[in-house]
Amino acid sequence: MEFGLTLEQRQFDDSLRALLRDHLPMDRLRAIAEPGGGYDEQLWRALTELGLHGLLVPEQFGGAGLGILDAAVAAEALGNTAAPVPFTGPLVMATLALLHSASGALQDEYLPMIAGGEVRFAVGFTGQSGQTGTATVNLQDGRLSGRVEAVMDAGAATHALIYLADGHAAVAAIDQPGVTTTLHRSVDRTRPTADLTFDDAKAERLDAANAPVATAQFVLDAGRVMLAADTLGAAQHMLDAAVAFAKERVQFDRVIGSFQGVKYMLADCVTVLEPCRAMVWYAAHAQDAIPDEARLTACHAKAHLGEVARDVARITTEAHGGMGFTDLLGLHYWFKRIGFNRQMLGAPERCRREAAQLQGWTPED
Amino acid sequence: MDLNLSEGHRALQAEIREFARAHGDKSPKLGGGRKRPDQKTLDWQKRLVEHGFTARTIPRAYGGFGAAPDVMASAVIATEFARANLYAGLTNQGISMLVPTLLEVGTEEQKRSYIGPTIRGDLIWCQGYSEPGNGSDLANAQTKGELRDGHWVVNGQKIWTSSAHYADMMFLLCRTDPEKPKHEGLSYLLLSMKSPGLETRPLKTMTGRSEFNEVFFTDVKIPETQIVLGRGKGWHVANVTLKHERLMIGDATKMTSRLEQLIRLLQTSEIDGVKLMSIPEYRDRLLRLQGEVIAWKAHNLRLLTEAAQGIDSGVKRMIVKYGGTMLGFRLSSLAVDALGATGLPYESLGEDAEDDEATTWNIDYMYDVGLMIGGGSNNIQKNIIGERGLDLPREPKVRTAAAIGRG
Repeated sequence: MEFGLTLEQRQFDDSLRALLRDHLPMDRLRAIAEPGGGYDEQLWRALTELGLHGLLVPEQFGGAGLGILDAAVAAEALGNTAAPVPFTGPLVMATLALLHSASGALQDEYLPMIAGGEVRFAVGFTGQSGQTGTATVNLQDGRLSGRVEAVMDAGAATHALIYLADGHAAVAAIDQPGVTTTLHRSVDRTRPTADLTFDDAKAERLDAANAPVATAQFVLDAGRVMLAADTLGAAQHMLDAAVAFAKERVQFDRVIGSFQGVKYMLADCVTVLEPCRAMVWYAAHAQDAIPDEARLTACHAKAHLGEVARDVARITTEAHGGMGFTDLLGLHYWFKRIGFNRQMLGAPERCRREAAQLQGWTPED
Repeated sequence: MDLNLSEGHRALQAEIREFARAHGDKSPKLGGGRKRPDQKTLDWQKRLVEHGFTARTIPRAYGGFGAAPDVMASAVIATEFARANLYAGLTNQGISMLVPTLLEVGTEEQKRSYIGPTIRGDLIWCQGYSEPGNGSDLANAQTKGELRDGHWVVNGQKIWTSSAHYADMMFLLCRTDPEKPKHEGLSYLLLSMKSPGLETRPLKTMTGRSEFNEVFFTDVKIPETQIVLGRGKGWHVANVTLKHERLMIGDATKMTSRLEQLIRLLQTSEIDGVKLMSIPEYRDRLLRLQGEVIAWKAHNLRLLTEAAQGIDSGVKRMIVKYGGTMLGFRLSSLAVDALGATGLPYESLGEDAEDDEATTWNIDYMYDVGLMIGGGSNNIQKNIIGERGLDLPREPKVRTAAAIGRG
């Protein structure tokens, strides 16, 4: 038994972080983020070349065939750099959905294109995720109708993968007359939300899953773990920035990090945040290898990171003083990213309720 | 990441489950602060040592089970005992602090004399660290030890000495070289609590019990050989000990078993015939704590792995005492709230009997506050986390009149 990342995982993490640092100096991050589309072709291509897109795609389809823990390591790095790039939807949830519910023919068609960065799926749920908003979609005779609000990672989407109420998913091309995508610049400018409307759009049902409801939950849980990991990375960035700032900023002839008032704020942050890393790894690994704990740990990781990171985001912004509140440092990109992740795919209250249901703790249901 | 149970670990798991079935009824109750172990606890402890469920890695020569360090075995044992709601073995200062300290820096003679009886619970230790004027500033200890005719002659006073009123031995930090800088003038001595000239006065705490004591030394003679590591090495040894204390206080096993107890409590406590588990406000508090405990357990696995690999975990280890005491308090707080109005009757029966459930939780709830203060108060922990963990600058020293006077 060994609890931790392998050498290969650490090496991939290092090269991903190096690439993201090179591509996303603050002025570049601002330039990509401000239009609010959550996509940059150059960054997308660079990440494809690094192999991010094929992480979960089996080798026979041109990917690396790795696991959800590997994807979580990548998600943490993306959150750490507030990377304005779709990931959880098109590269994790869509890949898993196709792997576990699509026919061989559809896998042959789409999985190599995912690994090659040629398609981007926006993944939406109708009911399962516990998000606020409307989500009603029907599939009949290969035609999809309805509406799904607040879909994440739909920037530059080429396809929609929508989970229906029965747990089966439908795939539709975005570029067709019956599909309308309304992209909203969100509070987190690094990633938009999208409302997808389908009006008799041509769609294919993914019906190869033996247990469609459980498969839908598995895909959702993987997404939740990714958001937890992204939040972890973002919160870590904010803490590192606050610690660096506290070592430089001088007031009353002392660097402010020498004041216990400031020091204790940062000590509080590291005390709650550091165990989150082990939690995210554990939850991600559970999706790969511990089926009995997969659902529970995904719900808890999503909820717990949402709570911890809200505190860390607030405290570390405060530690920067007025500079933290201005646009100058750009710290707010991470603050907002943490806020975005909290609301997506089930907020903490919803995830804890699911955790209760899983354990039979809601006899009133 | 490899969390698979090997065949050996699955066998260990099965062994513990069988042990729980066969002997679970003999387990002492959990919680309720520190007491001198009664016969039931001693018998249980002996069984645990024989099976290697506690003191597992202590060499056989010193009375332990002699297993190689194995992170997963420790995790399996912790999980299984928590799951079965069984007492996982004594965790007093002798076992959790002195024994690892002696294993690290003690002489062969010291290891052979003290480790065996300590892990069996026959020899109870107390820790002579804090003094009335020197609580958080431990290195400033002023209790004096002078070497005369082959003995250390000790004079001074210690305070907050938990378990001193029933302990057999003390590990003592005292100043043997007052002319040297403060960190270099300390030595670490082992003495009998029956030594002439030593007086223990119990200090009643908010729990109504006397978990702590004041200990007075008047020309207490300790054989010269009863020193650990050597003269002037006391600060180093004390830090070895404290490292183990802080890990003990943040123990993930305790959190796990407390959570299990809390779950049962919410499933049984009722308000107007409705189980608390069915009341969303209580249930959500439990779930938040469950999330925290899962994080804490995973963090603990990470630390255990790093320890097994000989990696210094740095800030990850430094947060354990502070984070653990806060989590422990949140757990006992929900328990007290779940017991509610009918949990208010409070009669601690003292050290010779088991208290009822409500009293036990209330003692834990109050004792948890004591744990935040003891073992290096949580504000001291935050200094350590900030300064050693995050590399933030120290608070500038103020030269007070007293400090100047001492030179």
